[in-house]
Amino acid sequence: MNQLKITIRATIVLTILTGLAYPLLVTGLAQALFHRQANGSMVDVNGKTVGSELIGQRFTKPEYFHGRPSAAGNDGYDALASGGSNLGPTNQKLVDRVQTDLKKFRAENPGFTGPIPADLLTSSASGLDPDLSPASAEAQVARVAAARGVPAGSIQALVAQRTQGRQWGLFGEPRVNVLLLNLDLDRSFPVRK
Amino acid sequence: MTANGIFQIALYFLVLLALTKPLGLYMTKVFQGERTWVHRLLRPFEVALYKLCGIDETAEQHWTRYAGGILLFSIATLLVTYLVQRIQQWLPWNPQGLGPASPDLSFNTAMSFTTNTNWQSYVPETTVSYLTQMIGLATHNFFSAAVGLAAGIAVIRGFARHSAKTLGNFWVDMTRSLVYVLLPLSILGALLLVSQGAIQNLHPYAKVATLEGAVQTIPQGPTASQEVIKMLGINGGGFFNANSAHPYENPTPFSNFFQILLIFIIPAGLTYTFGKMVKDTRQGWAIFAAMSILFLAGVFVTYPAEQSGNPILTKVGIENTATATQPGGNMEGKEVRFGIANSALFAVITTDASCGAVNAMHDSFTPLGGLVPLLNIQLGEIIFGGVGSGLYGMLLFAVLSVFIAGLMVGRTPEYLCKKIEQKEVKMAMLSVLVAALSILGFSALGSVSHFPKDGYINPPGATTANLNNNGPHGFSEVLYAYSSGTGNNGSAFAGINANTPFFNTTMGLAMFAGRFLMMIPLLAMAGSLAAKKQIPVSAGTFPTHGSLFVVLLVGVVLIVGALTYFPALSLGPIVEHYLMQDGKLFSLLLNPGVVWG
Amino acid sequence: MPTVTEQQPIAEDVTLLIPKRAMRARPLFDPPIVRRAIGDSFRKLHPRLMAKNPVMFVVEVGAVVTTILCARDLATSAAIAGFTSQITLWLWFTVLFANFAEAMAEGRGKAQADTLRKTKTETTARRIVGGKTETVAATQLRSGDVVLVEQGEIIPGDGDVIEGIASVDESAITGESAPVIRESGGDRSAVTGGTRVLSDWIRVKITSNPGETFLDRMIALVEGAQRQKTPNEIALNIVISGLTLIFLFAVVTLQPFAAYSVASNGSGTVPTVTVLISLLVCLIPTTIGGLLSAIGIAGMDRVMQHNVLAMSGKAVEAAGDVNTLLLDKTGTITLGNRQAVEFIPVGPVEPNELADAAQLSSLADETPEGRSIVVLAKQQFNIRGREVAEHEAHFIPFTAQTRMSGVDLDGRQIRKGATESVAEFVRAHGGKVPAELLEITERISRSGGTPLVVADRSRCLGVVHLKDVVKGGMRERFHQLRTMGIRTVMITGDNPLTAAAIASEAGVDDFLAQATPKDKMDLIKKEQAGGRLVAMTGDGTNDAPALAQADVGLAMNTGTMAAKEAGNMVDLDSNPTKLIEVVAIGKQLLMTRGALTTFSIANDVAKYFAILPAMFAATYPALAHLNIMGLRNPESAVLASVIFNALIIIALVPLALRGVKYRPTSAAALLRRNLLIYGVGGVLVPFPGIWVIDRLLGVLHLA
Repeated sequence: MNQLKITIRATIVLTILTGLAYPLLVTGLAQALFHRQANGSMVDVNGKTVGSELIGQRFTKPEYFHGRPSAAGNDGYDALASGGSNLGPTNQKLVDRVQTDLKKFRAENPGFTGPIPADLLTSSASGLDPDLSPASAEAQVARVAAARGVPAGSIQALVAQRTQGRQWGLFGEPRVNVLLLNLDLDRSFPVRK
Repeated sequence: MTANGIFQIALYFLVLLALTKPLGLYMTKVFQGERTWVHRLLRPFEVALYKLCGIDETAEQHWTRYAGGILLFSIATLLVTYLVQRIQQWLPWNPQGLGPASPDLSFNTAMSFTTNTNWQSYVPETTVSYLTQMIGLATHNFFSAAVGLAAGIAVIRGFARHSAKTLGNFWVDMTRSLVYVLLPLSILGALLLVSQGAIQNLHPYAKVATLEGAVQTIPQGPTASQEVIKMLGINGGGFFNANSAHPYENPTPFSNFFQILLIFIIPAGLTYTFGKMVKDTRQGWAIFAAMSILFLAGVFVTYPAEQSGNPILTKVGIENTATATQPGGNMEGKEVRFGIANSALFAVITTDASCGAVNAMHDSFTPLGGLVPLLNIQLGEIIFGGVGSGLYGMLLFAVLSVFIAGLMVGRTPEYLCKKIEQKEVKMAMLSVLVAALSILGFSALGSVSHFPKDGYINPPGATTANLNNNGPHGFSEVLYAYSSGTGNNGSAFAGINANTPFFNTTMGLAMFAGRFLMMIPLLAMAGSLAAKKQIPVSAGTFPTHGSLFVVLLVGVVLIVGALTYFPALSLGPIVEHYLMQDGKLFSLLLNPGVVWG
Repeated sequence: MPTVTEQQPIAEDVTLLIPKRAMRARPLFDPPIVRRAIGDSFRKLHPRLMAKNPVMFVVEVGAVVTTILCARDLATSAAIAGFTSQITLWLWFTVLFANFAEAMAEGRGKAQADTLRKTKTETTARRIVGGKTETVAATQLRSGDVVLVEQGEIIPGDGDVIEGIASVDESAITGESAPVIRESGGDRSAVTGGTRVLSDWIRVKITSNPGETFLDRMIALVEGAQRQKTPNEIALNIVISGLTLIFLFAVVTLQPFAAYSVASNGSGTVPTVTVLISLLVCLIPTTIGGLLSAIGIAGMDRVMQHNVLAMSGKAVEAAGDVNTLLLDKTGTITLGNRQAVEFIPVGPVEPNELADAAQLSSLADETPEGRSIVVLAKQQFNIRGREVAEHEAHFIPFTAQTRMSGVDLDGRQIRKGATESVAEFVRAHGGKVPAELLEITERISRSGGTPLVVADRSRCLGVVHLKDVVKGGMRERFHQLRTMGIRTVMITGDNPLTAAAIASEAGVDDFLAQATPKDKMDLIKKEQAGGRLVAMTGDGTNDAPALAQADVGLAMNTGTMAAKEAGNMVDLDSNPTKLIEVVAIGKQLLMTRGALTTFSIANDVAKYFAILPAMFAATYPALAHLNIMGLRNPESAVLASVIFNALIIIALVPLALRGVKYRPTSAAALLRRNLLIYGVGGVLVPFPGIWVIDRLLGVLHLA
């Protein structure tokens, strides 16, 4: 019986401790110490929030670099439906999708004839992958340059600037943040309307 | 495989190795009630909790009372979580105004978090409020880890003590787990994750206008605080659906490194604690070595399998070879910032342990790459494993190894100076049996059952209609689900739509069996061992600290695991591997007619 | 008469390998035993008997099911009938082979029991009632009856000799043809029913009732009638039954898994029940399941072949676990009698004068010590034993009061005995005891010997050094025991000084000096409290409590009934050193179990590679990649696996009966060796085995 009493008291006390006190304490500290990160690493342009540098966005226009295929939501990059395609390697749907995307990509990027980087036509795990591999960005340079009417070299320079190496030279893989790169584009080579 | 990939894996292992002893030593002191350097700061807090909960710090418990405490506490907190989900619409911190979760889903989720499984049938962003996340789910991340840690310590005491009736006090062990281990590490870890970009707020979801003019709703919430304990407590239930692949949970490669380190540090440290408590640290290192061998073996099957990619896609025209500017390999379901090496490493670690968090979608792994996580779970998540449960699971195998092979030295088998007799063997076999029955039995049900379409039990009709893939891969989804449930892992071949009353209920039962029908026999074994006399070590004693024992233990784990699940695996990932090489594809076939022989 | 320089080796085989020679050893496959075992294999098919062995019971149930399927296939003349009937046949063989192994193990005991029973039934007794003798059947004797047994007669029941002395042939029980002496009083008074008096006569007080005699118990034991499963056997049974259940789950669920696969693949067939049963039988640990009880029975039998009667299998198993051996010094470690090894004169005395005096004083001394002095004097100084009668010699026997013995002749008063007593004697006759003498006696005592001072009235002549002679080869044995992790403790009534010296000479780990029965008991309890298992030998009545307390108590057959009742083993040869062999047999028994369990489980790996691709050949031809043995076709693959599984049982019967080889080395070395042979070997062997059977089936056009 004693254990039952302890159970009830412990459930209440420990729920308050770990369910309320702990997250609120962490929230307070996080807000104080890392305000920007704690609130989602939002990116503002002219005082307007255009997104989060960590959350990928859907890009379809030729003048923007396109992110990876996304299985989040119906059109992709739906932040309320994060997730991957969950298609297995022997799934007909996977192969069909890659083939379709490949055709589309070749059509949109006639200037690019090299091999297709692995990440470019595979959907990400979160569906919100903010990054591309440098090679995948490179593959789109010609198209973006044409769409913006600037030499490929200047676009290439922007890409190189936005390319992050491995974190501290050690962790992860080299990558390019698509939203930030596209913001750079708009800033440096605005599209003439 | 790239040189950098191998380097990152090696670096990870070395850091883990370096942390094992200090953390193990710290936990030994904590659970033996000795002073540590944080004593002044945390002891008053510990004492206050005893007072508030009415716990007598000095009372010792027989294993039955210890187990009773675990069950009572688990059931009580399970009820709280069930209730919170059902009434979240009336509670605060629900900025999105989410309604109640269905009864079967609430049962599944409550069971899932109570059992340290954190299988998520629900889509967090659209199902649970911030309050539910905090007091219904995040609390369990602490509780189930603390319960596991306490049970692990109790089992260690079973081996360490002799001629003793008791195994310690559950309430004290649990409180110490929280106060000295889980909470302090979580607070520091959460801040580190926030510094990398993980979010921590109570704002409503952010609506932003994208560059192309669309509206994107970005979920917010107290993520980091839950994220850190999700890893440290080896729970794995993500704040977001995409789990640790989500940039708000796991924003950078370093946060990723930190997360996988959090998964393994407690179980790795426990091997040292074990050695220390049985007064022979070599015994702890032997267990650590066996775990490390199995861990690295898994990594070096999965990593090359993923790096060599999908030959079918290669044929279509995707570059499979890694270069300096792109990762190559099988990138379907993986994030660019993690690439192949970190995704493979994460998948192996999360299933070696009973974590279940994912930073890549296992469902899209190559067959061999996916085979390893599946087998890791089926082996019982004993490769470092869950908090506490990993160690006692491995000790179960040690007991079995000693029993089977130990006879070959011509003595009644002994482990750590305790005779392994009927009771120990019975309890060990019971655990193995329950796991096999649950995984195989439920998978059998899940792969051939039919229910009325649009009915209550399973609206899609046939259980196979819940799958996202057909052929062997579809079978892998079912097998993985019940392995994950029984193993209290929580990761998934997530294409399966398991949010139906049939799957929610059967998964709930599998999770219960995998947690408590494993933990309680082990506590019974510990109780029996604690009561035994200690036999002095002699030249005739089976040595359990050397390389021979490590090899034997690894062999028994692999053979017992392989023998039990090899037939099932051969119809899943194994055959799929060969079919993929042959370029065979499967389209989704709904409601296949069952052909009985 | 043995000479002192010659040390008797206790056994030629000092490696502790169980000697091949055994008193009642029969060839492993004795034709009459084999014949009977074949019959028994069928009788044991009864489900009630099979149910005791869960693993083989599962096989039997499987065999019954396939028999029914086979009948159906034959009736419908299905194409598969040939395959089904062959599988059925081999499943039955699997069960029969396991039964055969058990029957063989039992058969050897039964054959011995039959021989023993013959001795029992034909005996009559001459019971003494009120001074008269009457002839009754041996079976009518009750405890307390007194019987007369004369030359050539069989002793009708267990009892104690109360009068007379006789030489007795105990070969019916012990197999040893050399007669033994039985006499009233002391520790050689016990006689066993069924043994034969060779000379003289004895009166025997019967101590057991019909049906409870030693012979009766022996018959029951060798027959295995009272065989109970030992603790380790039960635990092992749990493991293999558990594994059987796991494989049952794996195979039963394979049916729905296959059904899913066929449906989703759109083609193929679900494996038939026959094939599923075949897979199940191949996977469950039939090798150990079939041989487990045979191993246990054979272990008991092996003890028996060493002429040791174990009262339970538990005792044999415990012998393997023993941590501490308590060995009596006398008769076990040393030859049992102190022997003269040196004459040390004092002062001006010449050695041969001392030898002469010592010999004279010992001529009438029939103790082994006395005789050894006579012998030593003859050897070293060529002094022959004289006819003393002509000298009118008067011999003074040893008494506990005087603590010396001697002879008075020709006016001389020669005495030999304990230092103080003889010194007192010398001083009483006005002599002086030289300091040198005390030094010598002290030195001898310290070295573990016994000084015997010799004096002639007032003259101290010198000292005879009596020494306990350690049996040859004991040092090596104790060393081996140490490597096996067994501690030996020598028990002796000697003083600590003497005990220490002998202990160091014999190489034992510890000793208990001036041991009383209570000390012995306390030592056992102390060892047991430390978690150690203790084995000891004993024969006297005062050993009984300790024998009962010890985990393994080996009583000597020459000992008293009380001792035999208290111990859990009786050595019919009454050779205390045999305790060491019993330990080895116990270890061998456990090792055999472990080895076959490991082998059995390791075997499964290959069977998967044979059966799984065969099972799904129609559904997933791609699984042919797993057919690494290159088996010809699915039916042949399944059949070959089942046949291999059955044949391996019969192939391992000799190993089960004989036990795996035991070498006295450390546990680590043993494990490495056995793991390599039975673990790695167990994984590898089935691959070529199944392949060969597969090819043979092809050659014979069977599949």
